[in-house]
Formats: sequence, C-alpha cells, structure tokens
Amino acid sequence: MAKHETPLLDQLESGPWPSFVSDLKQEAEFRAKNEENIEYQIPQDVVEDLLGVLELSFKHGRTHWKHGGIVGVFGYGGGVIGRYCDQPEKFPGVAHFHTMRVSQPAGKFYTTKYLREICDLWARRGSGITNMHGSTGDIIFLGTTTPQLEEIFWELTHNLNQDLGGSGSNLRTPSDCIGQARCEFACYDTQAICHGLTVEYQDELHRPAFPYKFKFKFDGCPNCCVASIARADLSFIGTWRDEIPIDQEAVQAYIGGEIPPNAGAHSGRDWGPFDIQKEVIDNCPTDCMWMEDNKLMIDNKECNRCMHCINVMPRALRIGNDRGCTILAGAKAPILDGAQMGSLIVPFIKVEEPYDEIKETVIEPIWDWWMEEGKNRERLGELMKRQGFKKLLEVTGFKPDPRMVSEPRTNPYIFWNEDEVEGGFKRDINEFRKHHQR
Amino acid sequence: MEYEEAKTRIVEGLTKKSKVKSKFYFNDLAKILELKPRIAKKLINKLVIEEVLEYWSSGSTSMYGLKGAGKQASAEHED
Repeated sequence: MAKHETPLLDQLESGPWPSFVSDLKQEAEFRAKNEENIEYQIPQDVVEDLLGVLELSFKHGRTHWKHGGIVGVFGYGGGVIGRYCDQPEKFPGVAHFHTMRVSQPAGKFYTTKYLREICDLWARRGSGITNMHGSTGDIIFLGTTTPQLEEIFWELTHNLNQDLGGSGSNLRTPSDCIGQARCEFACYDTQAICHGLTVEYQDELHRPAFPYKFKFKFDGCPNCCVASIARADLSFIGTWRDEIPIDQEAVQAYIGGEIPPNAGAHSGRDWGPFDIQKEVIDNCPTDCMWMEDNKLMIDNKECNRCMHCINVMPRALRIGNDRGCTILAGAKAPILDGAQMGSLIVPFIKVEEPYDEIKETVIEPIWDWWMEEGKNRERLGELMKRQGFKKLLEVTGFKPDPRMVSEPRTNPYIFWNEDEVEGGFKRDINEFRKHHQR
Repeated sequence: MEYEEAKTRIVEGLTKKSKVKSKFYFNDLAKILELKPRIAKKLINKLVIEEVLEYWSSGSTSMYGLKGAGKQASAEHED
C-alpha cells in the first residue's frame, strides 16, 4: 500500500511509453522491502514522499521545491545543489533533497562494476534515484540530506576515484561525443581534449569566480551529436580543410543498390531504390555536387560541411584528412534575451595535445574579458551581444574573416578606432580655422 | 595584496552591508579588493578555506557570504 495516494501521477503510467512514475514506484517498493539489507542513511520512504510531493504539485499547479543553499563539500563551490521541500511536515522524507553532480567520464564509458558501485553508494546514502545523464552530461544523484554530502564525497573520491562535477558560476563539467572510440566521422580525439581540459581547469570547475555558468562541449564532427553549437559557451566542432575523399567504386555500389544508404539506418520500410540525385545531390545545401561521366564530383571549396552526403554514403565519402576543429562562442538557452547559437570565432585550429594554442589564444583571453566585463549572471553570448563581436575579436586577437559573418549587416554604421584611421582623429584647430570660419 | 589585508577589507566591506544583504557576487568581492578577478580569486579562495567566507549556490549561480551570515541554514534546520 503506497504511503500517499497518487491518482494524477498514476495517469502518467497509462500511456504506451515508459513512465518515470513506474520507475519511482519500483524504487519505493525496493526500499520498503529492503531485501538486500541496505543500511539506509536517509529516510527509507524518501521515494514515497517524493511521489507525494509531486502529486501535490500536480494538484496545486505549482512547485513545492525551494532551491539554493550553503550545502556543499568543503573547499568546493559546485557539484552540490541544495533542494528543500516547502512542505517538510507532510513529506519529511524529502525535507532535504539535495542534488549532487558527479563528473562523467569523457565519452561516458563505464564498466558494469563501476556502475554497480555508484548505484550501491547512492542507494545507501541517497534516494537511489539518478539521472543517467542530466542534460549537463553529468551523472546526477537526486536527493540526499545535508549530513550525507561529505560522506558521499569521501567515498566517491577515496573508493571510486571519482570527482564531483560543476554547478553554479563555475566551469561546468566539459562534455563530449563518443568520438574516435566508436565513430569514423570524428575529426579529432574528443575524449582526449575533454578529459585534458577537465583536468587542466579543475580550479575553474570547483571554485566559482565567473559571472555565471560556462560550458565547453566537444563534437567530433559537424553532425554535432552533443549539440555544442546550440548550448556551449565554447563549442568545439570537428572539421577538415582539404577535400572529401571519394571512392567512385563505392558510389556505384550505392547507386546499384549493393550497399544500403545511411548504413542501413532507414531499413524499417521499403523506400524504393536509392536515387543519388534526389537523395544526395539535390539535398546539398550549397549545390556543390554533381555527376559527370558517371562519376560523383564535389566542388570542395563550396562545401559547408553539412555532413549529409557523408552520412548517406559513408563507404563512398569520408571526412577529409587535414583535420582539426572549428570553435564557436556564445551559445546559450533562452533564459535572457532568447536562445543563441554559437558564433564562429576560430574557423580552423589543429587539436593537438597539450592544446596550448587553444588554451592560450582562445579560452583564456575570452575568460579574462568575460570575468572583467561580464555583469553578474551574464553569459558569454550576452556579453558578445552587448559589447559586440568586434570586441571579442579585439580581446582574442583573431582577424575578422568572412566565415564569421552569419547574415547581411543590419547596422549601417561603421565605427573606427583612432589607430585604424590614417593620421588619427587629432587635428590642428588653427589650421582648420584658416579654411573654415566659425 | 597580502592575505591579512584582504581579509580585513572583505570582512569590513561585507559587515558594512550585512543589514541589507548577506550574499554577494564574486565581482562585488573583487571590487572591494580593487583587484583583477584572477588575482582576487586566489585570495577569496583562501578566505573560503580558512572559513571566513562560505559559498552559497542556487544551482545556477554562486555567491559568497561571511560564514554563518543570513538565516537560511537555521530555517532549514541545518545548524
């Protein structure tokens, strides 16, 4: 018998899709039975109370959570997010229900042993409920009490060799795609740079001194599986600057139906025979492909790396061989000023350990500018909008490039600095008056 | 700037405003110290380690306060 009646939540289980309500009920039952004799360090009925408070929120149409607090682990300003229930008498199990962010490994590779260990830890010292993974990329532990925080941190760091992630006005846990470990499209080793910068910028990750959050995300190719272009303050997207190698025999094999397009991904129904004109050439956004003497041709200088042709015919077309990444700055979600996509700041840069060029010419000058000029709670993208892209170029020292232009200009004025104008702005007033009366 | 001078400035600066607010942005502290953020950060971190200051976080934004200032901890039965 459930502790709280939850008729509104029960409805969410009635559809054909899996429901988190069923998962929570399963966890509540698991904790109530405790067949594994776990020594629970927080209320055993925490999940029952979580279901109860959620039902109440559905009934009232408003939240019963408060957030924010001084909860954290010693020396860290991030990784723990205080959550409190505003109905602690009714739902004592969730009076404290803090979130912990656990830094995920690059590429999110785990052993089953490791997963079992973190789940055991969280069942004992927390609610047992996790997000694998949150939209930040971290492993999210949902719900524990204040006295458990240091205990969990000690066990994570000493027994599991595992750090907390970023939250608050910190560098957030950098996240990446699976990269060269499993994907032939990866133009650089996303896991190596993601892990490398996570280790390099530990201070920025754990001790908040930024105006607001700051995110790095690494996509191995322009398919952008991590969506870095839409959500990272600094987005690293793999690209190449030579030509797309074409295997003309494989092109013919696609045309002849010997190789299924999209690596067989759309095999669920009969789409008819593969039509290279309709499905590839006509879909090229820059019209840079054509057939000539039964051969596929690409005008590479017009290619904008949309990846469509490579995705459709991966055996015939490959990423180029001179590989690196493009860096975009300032993407963010729509909290203030609307959502923004990243703006291109570095068209091409080689991604080579120890990444000194990326750190010294991109990341650190941008941080210095934003830390000094950014208002409280202002994302990099908002500062770029407020002070202008020109200012970003000034602080980083990058030269303006046509590839940075996303749209025709809407501002008719051109502002020149004195040092950009021959002779400067200063003039001899007496000389001027000789020719111009007052 | 030496640590002791930074400590005095911060404690005085925050105490002066303690009737109005108990939590401050990092930039407010850097302004009190009249230092660039990167340099101020080292001193402010030390103040946290020495438990003069403590972090406060909403989850999205972080702030700093004198240890024990404000009433949130007692409101949540945490002290």
